[in-house]
Amino acid sequence: MQTVTEVGSNHSGMDVSPTADEMLENTELTKPRRGDERELAKIRAEYGSEAEPVGTLPEGGDGLRTLLMDKLGERLAFERSGTRLYDALLVKCKSADGAIPQKEVQHIRDEEAMHFALCGAAIQALGGDPTEQTPCADIAGVEGMGLMQVLTDPKTTVAQALHAILVAEMTDNAAWEELIELTMQVGNDELMARFQKAQQNEAEHLEKVQGWYKAATMKVV
Amino acid sequence: MKNILQNKGVPVDKQRFTWRELVQKPISKLDDDAYTRVRIILMNGIEHEALRFSHACARMNAPLQRNLAEIRRVEHHQATLINWLIGPDHSPLETTIAYEQVAIDVTAAVAMKEPDPYLAQVYRFGLLEDFDHMYRYSALLDRLEGKDANNILQSYTDILPGRPTVDEHRAPIDDLRNPYDRKKAAPLSKLHALTIMAGEQQTHNFYMNIGPMYADPVARQLYAEIASIEEQHVTQYESIIDPEESWLEKWVLHEVAEVYNYYGCMQQETNPRIKAIWERFLDYELGHLHVAVEAFENFEKRDAAEILPKELPAPIEFASQREFVRETLANEVDLRANGTEIVPKDEESKASLAYRKAVNAGGSPSETVAAGYRWAPGSELKLKVA
Repeated sequence: MQTVTEVGSNHSGMDVSPTADEMLENTELTKPRRGDERELAKIRAEYGSEAEPVGTLPEGGDGLRTLLMDKLGERLAFERSGTRLYDALLVKCKSADGAIPQKEVQHIRDEEAMHFALCGAAIQALGGDPTEQTPCADIAGVEGMGLMQVLTDPKTTVAQALHAILVAEMTDNAAWEELIELTMQVGNDELMARFQKAQQNEAEHLEKVQGWYKAATMKVV
Repeated sequence: MKNILQNKGVPVDKQRFTWRELVQKPISKLDDDAYTRVRIILMNGIEHEALRFSHACARMNAPLQRNLAEIRRVEHHQATLINWLIGPDHSPLETTIAYEQVAIDVTAAVAMKEPDPYLAQVYRFGLLEDFDHMYRYSALLDRLEGKDANNILQSYTDILPGRPTVDEHRAPIDDLRNPYDRKKAAPLSKLHALTIMAGEQQTHNFYMNIGPMYADPVARQLYAEIASIEEQHVTQYESIIDPEESWLEKWVLHEVAEVYNYYGCMQQETNPRIKAIWERFLDYELGHLHVAVEAFENFEKRDAAEILPKELPAPIEFASQREFVRETLANEVDLRANGTEIVPKDEESKASLAYRKAVNAGGSPSETVAAGYRWAPGSELKLKVA
């Protein structure tokens, strides 16, 4: 596995191409029909006005409770996927040069698993079904597809993998703050306290990942 | 390669893979030459056609089923190994750009060397349509993902409007062409037809599979529209192949086409690891050809030399065909189809005009996506020109 960005024969830019001059002629040779990107936006808006939701939640409470259940489902899904991201990072760390402490990565991975369990228990306590995939959980899965591709690609470096983890952790921090705000609004102090503890964990994760990322990125200079 | 019948290749029962062999390191999207990717995509298409033909043949010919099943398993694994060489950092849209590069540069190379003037005209006709698809998909790649299609094309292939996709929709009857005559056609014509037909078929399959993976309705529409043209192209290119060829004759020709294309890939490959794969698969295909020839001679009581080239023609060239494509664009962009003939615009069939009017009644995705679009290096980059 590569650990740093290497020097090689990148063919994607025009400076290395012997036929770049002919390619550049394309701009002048093109006589496009009139119009611009707004035509795409119009089609997107038309479809948007007719779109149905990604999915729904069962009835059982007011709008605020429904939102809380959707967001708890999102966090449950995200934390579970987060453990898989860290599992993949552990594989990279093992085959790298030991710069990232595996025990600490494992610790974060285990805390993500605990947060997943916390979300599941909270959903059940509020009368919901933790096996249900909520609309926000589904979309969080779509968001995470690129992150998982980066983490599981044998070609990516530890620094590239940590950059993807950084995206996940920054989102995670913001999401727990949102959950704390929602539990405060529904007046569930017990849950709010647990979520505040989880948010503290996430702040620590973010700080550590930022440090590892910087170390992995800057080690070439 | 002098005499393909003398070289028996690797016996089919020695053609084995492990899962580890099937899933090798992908090529580098950034560092490998664009034509390495072009060859991978083309050969994946050739193998998929081998599979589809073999299944159809088996369904109609019980005595051939065992041999076909044995060879088909190998072809399947060859297709897997080849297709899995495309790296996961290609977005489906970037892979689409590469598919169109195959369609343009390989079809242009074929059109230039095709000895039959009518078939050459058919290839040039199809070429200008795929050329336009490149322009539309490049606009989508820029406007949807904020990426430059030339990172994939590496300046080998132009991004310009061709025959407008909106005008490519034809009545089915106007996609049928006259077939070559199996008794008179040059072997090269048969190899060309099978190669291009296979390439277009896999492009159609690819677009049909990835089109629904997009969230963006504009992308979903564009894939729906261009997949429809690729279906027309498969119809066109399969119709130029003589339907009077027997099943066994077609099987032998399929195997020869595979030998021919692996040989061409092996000759021109710049990545040593991929070159070794082409070499290995050339030997496998010679083994398949040997089985097909034996079946042909046993069942049809004919000498396979009657239908095989004495020696393989020069390989299809994998190179930029910019000059030929621009010349074809300048001279033939306004041609249309009327039945089996390629005709001036004002002689186009009424059936196609009516079909087009109906299918475009709610607007044209390919026109929408490229409205005002002009490719420029690095998309919005403002390069200083020396």
